[in-house]
Amino acid sequence: MEHIAWMAWTLPTAIFFVMLALTLGVMTWLAVAWPEAERIGVLRIPTTRGDRLFISLVLAAVIHLLWIAFAGTDPIATLPIGEGVELSSLWLATVISLLSAVAIFRSV
Amino acid sequence: MDKTVNQRAWFLVLPVFLVVAFSAILPLMTVVNYSMQDTFGNNQFFWNGVGWFKELLDPSTDLGGRFLASLGRNLLFSAIILAIEVPLGIVVALSMPRQGWTVAACLVILALPLLIPWNVVGTIWQIFGRPDIGLLGYTLNGLGMDYNYVSNEFDAWATVVVMDVWHWTSLVALLCYAGLKSIPDAYYQAAQIDGASRWAVFKAIQLPKMNRVLLIAVLLRFMDSFMIYTEPFVVTGGGPGNSTTFVSIELVKIALGQFDLGKAAALSLVYNLIILIVCWIFYTVMTNAGAERPVKQGAA
Repeated sequence: MEHIAWMAWTLPTAIFFVMLALTLGVMTWLAVAWPEAERIGVLRIPTTRGDRLFISLVLAAVIHLLWIAFAGTDPIATLPIGEGVELSSLWLATVISLLSAVAIFRSV
Repeated sequence: MDKTVNQRAWFLVLPVFLVVAFSAILPLMTVVNYSMQDTFGNNQFFWNGVGWFKELLDPSTDLGGRFLASLGRNLLFSAIILAIEVPLGIVVALSMPRQGWTVAACLVILALPLLIPWNVVGTIWQIFGRPDIGLLGYTLNGLGMDYNYVSNEFDAWATVVVMDVWHWTSLVALLCYAGLKSIPDAYYQAAQIDGASRWAVFKAIQLPKMNRVLLIAVLLRFMDSFMIYTEPFVVTGGGPGNSTTFVSIELVKIALGQFDLGKAAALSLVYNLIILIVCWIFYTVMTNAGAERPVKQGAA
């Protein structure tokens, strides 16, 4: 582990990147297994699944930043794990992002 | 739908992907890691969650105030130089000769500013504008104007804007000229037969034909001016005060001046996101502009 110490890994960021890599892997596999055609949705631009994933990810980043800026990150609940794990309200932004991703994949 | 796309060819991109992984993706991942932590050096990091992002987006904190102020200045700068360089570039392209030896001469002269390295451009204007020994500064002061880019905010802005216009209008002009050259003579002949005025020719033939190159020019100039660092850094160093401190200058101050890796990482990620979004919008508009296709709804 000494040689990657400069990258300053943490568990949460590692989980984030692993999930991102898994998503890209699944998308690649989908593209090979079920080739698809572009379609035109509500944005009036032709998009593939990859385009819609890109839009969803960028929108998720924007939603999280706006949430941090305007709604804050106060704890909203405490999970009964160990001494209790506080749940930040930022998870609501994550839920909104997931819902918007579903909407984007269906309509864009 | 009409056609399906075979995505297998993407595997041929693998070697490039590996190179990019080492030069861009791993460093970017490191920046993401830094943005969640605080460090006092010696490779010791402390978890800070989204703390830096909170500070960055809150105008009442030092970091947030500096970021939002420099972002505002940067957007203003980009808007000003686009408003000057694009129309000026079109005018220059329209007044360039179409044939003869003067074409080559014009192209060489126009290309000259583009070939000068950024820091040299900065140095040229820094000396050019000095009130004691610079031609521009000395002349303006001799004419009775109290011009001093070191102490006056407006003068500093004017110098940086004029320097950028001097450096980059050529790019817009050359792109527009290329667009104009691609218009077949038949269009002009038809316009002449119809008795179209100069303005009508420009509006109905030249401007629509320059549409795509103009989009490219606007994209390039916006991105470049939004990421500008060297020239204002050399000329004004971000001053007087903070008046010409743009986002990248602020970023370098935080990352390398104060060595606040966490703050700098959060700032650069948000900066990166803004550039990514703007690039995507421009790219989408560019690739879809002019591509007239029947609009089909639904159907995955």
